[in-house]
Amino acid sequence: MKLLKLVPDKTNIQFINKRLIAFAFSAVLILVSTGLYFGQGLNLGIDFLGGILIEAKTKGPANLAELRSDLGKLDLGEVSLQEFGAPDDVLIRIQKQEGGDNAQQAAVEKVKSTLGDRVVEYRRTEFVGPTVGAELREAATWAVLSAIAAILMYIWFRFEWQFGVGAVIALIHDVVSTIGLFALLQLEFNLATVAAILTIAGYSINDTVVVYDRVRENMRRYKKMAYEELFNISVNQTLSRTVVTSVTTLLALLSLFFFGGEVIRGFSIALIWGVLIGTYSSIALAVPFLLYIRPQRGGEDETGGVPDGAPSS
Amino acid sequence: MIQIPNWNKVLIAVVCALGLIYAAPNFFKEDFFEGVPSWLPGKQINLGLDLRGGVHLLMNVEIEKVVSKRLDSMRDATRQSMRPLRRKGVYYSSLKIDRNSVVLKLKNAAHIGQIRELLEAEFEATGLSPLGTPEQEVEITNDDVGTFRLTLTEEAIRRISTYAVNQSIEIIRRRIDEDGTKEPVIQQQGTKRILLQVPGAEDPEEIKSILGKTAQMTFHLVDQSTDAGRGSSMLLPSDEIDSNGKPIEFRVERQVRVSGEHLVDAQPSFDQNNRPAVSFRFDAVGGKKFGDTTSKNVGRLLAIVLDKKIISAPRIQTAIVGGSGIITGTFSVKETNDLALLLRAGALPAPLTFLEERTVGPGLGRDSIEAGKIASMIGMALVLVFMIASYGLFGILANVALLFNIALIVALLSAIQATLTLPGIAGIVLTIGMAVDANVLIFERIREEVRNGRTPISAIDAGYRRALTTIIDANVTTLIAAVLLYAFGTGPIKGFAVTLSIGLVTSMFTAVMVTRLFIVLWLRRTRPQVLPI
Repeated sequence: MKLLKLVPDKTNIQFINKRLIAFAFSAVLILVSTGLYFGQGLNLGIDFLGGILIEAKTKGPANLAELRSDLGKLDLGEVSLQEFGAPDDVLIRIQKQEGGDNAQQAAVEKVKSTLGDRVVEYRRTEFVGPTVGAELREAATWAVLSAIAAILMYIWFRFEWQFGVGAVIALIHDVVSTIGLFALLQLEFNLATVAAILTIAGYSINDTVVVYDRVRENMRRYKKMAYEELFNISVNQTLSRTVVTSVTTLLALLSLFFFGGEVIRGFSIALIWGVLIGTYSSIALAVPFLLYIRPQRGGEDETGGVPDGAPSS
Repeated sequence: MIQIPNWNKVLIAVVCALGLIYAAPNFFKEDFFEGVPSWLPGKQINLGLDLRGGVHLLMNVEIEKVVSKRLDSMRDATRQSMRPLRRKGVYYSSLKIDRNSVVLKLKNAAHIGQIRELLEAEFEATGLSPLGTPEQEVEITNDDVGTFRLTLTEEAIRRISTYAVNQSIEIIRRRIDEDGTKEPVIQQQGTKRILLQVPGAEDPEEIKSILGKTAQMTFHLVDQSTDAGRGSSMLLPSDEIDSNGKPIEFRVERQVRVSGEHLVDAQPSFDQNNRPAVSFRFDAVGGKKFGDTTSKNVGRLLAIVLDKKIISAPRIQTAIVGGSGIITGTFSVKETNDLALLLRAGALPAPLTFLEERTVGPGLGRDSIEAGKIASMIGMALVLVFMIASYGLFGILANVALLFNIALIVALLSAIQATLTLPGIAGIVLTIGMAVDANVLIFERIREEVRNGRTPISAIDAGYRRALTTIIDANVTTLIAAVLLYAFGTGPIKGFAVTLSIGLVTSMFTAVMVTRLFIVLWLRRTRPQVLPI
C-alpha cells in the first residue's frame, strides 16, 4: 500500500534564511492585533460585561428588523439582535440595567412580553451581574498570565533559559494574534474564548517543545555545525510530524466547527486559528529567535558522544 | 523498549478492560442498569446544566444585614438594661451604632464601674456556640469620661456569617427539594455566596419566588375557649393526622405573641427526665415578650406556627424568663432534630441577591448533545482514515489505541462522576485530534531511524525511546494550561479542563503503552525484514 506523505522524506527547506520575512509578517500581525484591540476593541460577552442574553426560537424565520425596532422602544439601553445558526433562532443581548437585580428581572419580563407569541421556545436566558462580570474578567486574566508563567518555568527547568524565552515569545505572539482575530471579526469574547486561548497556549508550546527537543538533540550530536544550519535541519526533520499533527487536530476541529453547533462556533474558530498560528510560530519564530540569544552548547550526548555528521547507532 | 515484562502486559490489558467496562453503561438506556448492584459499574456520565437544561443561580447572602441586625439587638438590650437604672439617677447622653460597635455615652463618669459590671453581665460569653465552649462575642472597652464601646469581635462576625450562609443553604435545600427528587446542586462559593443548580427546571422566576418566601414563624396561644367563631382566633392545620387521614386543626389566637425573627438558636436536647426535647434561645426583645406571655399563661398551650401550619403546641409548664426555653413533648430524637432544624431554618437569615442567572431550555441541551455526538463521530472518522492513509498498519494500531483512549476518557468521567459540559465535549473532540500526536511522533521517528539504515526492531526501539521525552515534555506543558484552566474557570469551563486533562493523561497511556504492546506482538509474530511505514 502506498502511504500518504504530506511532507516528502528528505526535505531541506531553508526556513531559517527566510526568518526576516516571518519576523516582518509577525510584527505586522502583532501591531495590527494591538491596534484592533485598542481601536475597535473586543466584543465582550455578558460573562465579562454583565448584562442579559436571551436565545429564542421564533415562529418561522425571525424578522430581525421588526424585532429590533420593537425591542428598541423598550428603553433598555443597548439591545443587539443577531441570527444564531438558523433563521428562526435569535440571540438578543441587552446591556446591564441600572438599578440592581429587580431591574434586570423587569427587563427580561418586558422583553418576553414584547416578543409575545412570536417566540415558541426560550432556549437560553442568562443574566450576569456587574460584580461577577468584573471578577470573571480578573480570574480570566490571571489564568492566562499564570499559564504563561508556569509554562515558562517548566521550559526553563527542562531546557535552558534561552529556549524558555523563545517559547514564550512564540506563545505571546499566538495569544495576542488570537485576541486580534476576535477584535477583527467582532466574535463574542467570553469565558469559552479564554478556555480556547489557554488551550492554544498549550498547543503552541507543545509544538514548540517538539522542535526544540530536536534542536537540543542535534546540538549535542553536531557539536561544530553552525547554528543556522543546525536549526534548519531540526525544523526539517520534525516537519512531517508538525504537519501531520496539525492536520489531525484541524480535522477534529473542523468537524467541531461545522457540526458542533452554534454555541461553540466561536470557540472552534479560536482553536482552528490557534493550531495554524501555533504551528507557524514554532517554525518561523521560536526556532530562528534562538539565533539571537544563542543557547549554550554544553553537555554530553546522552547516547555517548557521537562525532559530527555521523548518524548515531 | 521492545522487551515488555509480563506484568506490564497484564496491567495494560486490565486497564483497557476496566475502561471498556466502565464506559459501557453510557451506551445503554438509562434504566438498563437500575437493578445492578451499586458496586458494579453502572454509572453514566453526569451531564452539565448546559446539556440537560436547567436553572443556575449564583446568590449573595447579605451578611451585612445580619450583622447590623445583631448590632440593633445589642443596642436594644443595652437600652433595656439601662432603663431601670434611671430611678437610681444613672443617665446616658447617647446610645448609637458605629460600624461594628454600639457606643454608649454616660452622663456621669462616676457610674463607669457600675455600668461596666452591668454590661459584662449582659454580654457575658454564652454557652450556645457550636463548639460548646463559651466564646466572647462582644468586647467591652471604655474611656475615663464614660464612653463605652461594645464591639462585635472579628471572630463573632465570622461566626455570624458562617452561620448565616450554612443556614441559608439548609433553607434553600428544604425549599427547593421538598420531595427530594430534583437533584439540585447547592454549594457555598467563597465566603458568602451560594450556587444553586436545578436540572430540568425551566423557570428561574418560579425558583426565585420559592426562595423569596418569608417562612414566617410565630408563637400563638391556642384558643381553648368553647366560644368558637370569634374574630380573634383562627383555625390552623397541624402536623398530626386524625383517623380520616386529615390533619387535625387547632384554633389559635390571631395575636402573635412572639415572632420567630427573635429566635437566635434552637438545638435538639433532653429535658430533666432525659426525654428528647428542643432547646431554644431568643434575643433580648424576644426573650422579654416570651417571658411575659409564658408567665401570664402557665398551663395553656403555646402553638409554634410556621408558614400557617402548627408544627408543635406544647403546654407551658412554667414561666420562661431569660430568653431561653425548652419544648418538650412526645418527641423521638429524630423529631427533635427535625424540629430544631425547622425552627432554625424558619426564615432566611439574610436577604439573598442574585448575581448570576443562567437558564438553558431542554431543547438547546438536546441539540447540543446531538451536535456534540455528530461532531465527535465525524472528527474521529476523519482522523482514523487519515492515520491509516499515512501510516498503514501502524495507523490501524494507533487507531485501536485511540478508540481505547476514548473509552478510557468516558470511563474515567463516569467513574469520578465528573460533569460533562458542552465545552467538555469540545475538549474530547480536540483530544481525538491531539491524542494521535504521540503516535505521530513515534512513527515519524521510526521512519527516520529506518532511513538511517536501522533494522526494524532497532528502529522501533529507538523510535519509542527517543520520542518518549518529547512526548512527556509536550504533554506536561499542555497539562499545565489545563490545570490552570480548572483552577480559574467556572462551570462549563471547568468541564472543559477536566476532559482535556483526562484526555492528555489517557492518551499518553494508550499511545505509548498500548500501541507499543500491539507493535511488539506483531513484531514477534511476523518478524518483518522491512517495516510497512
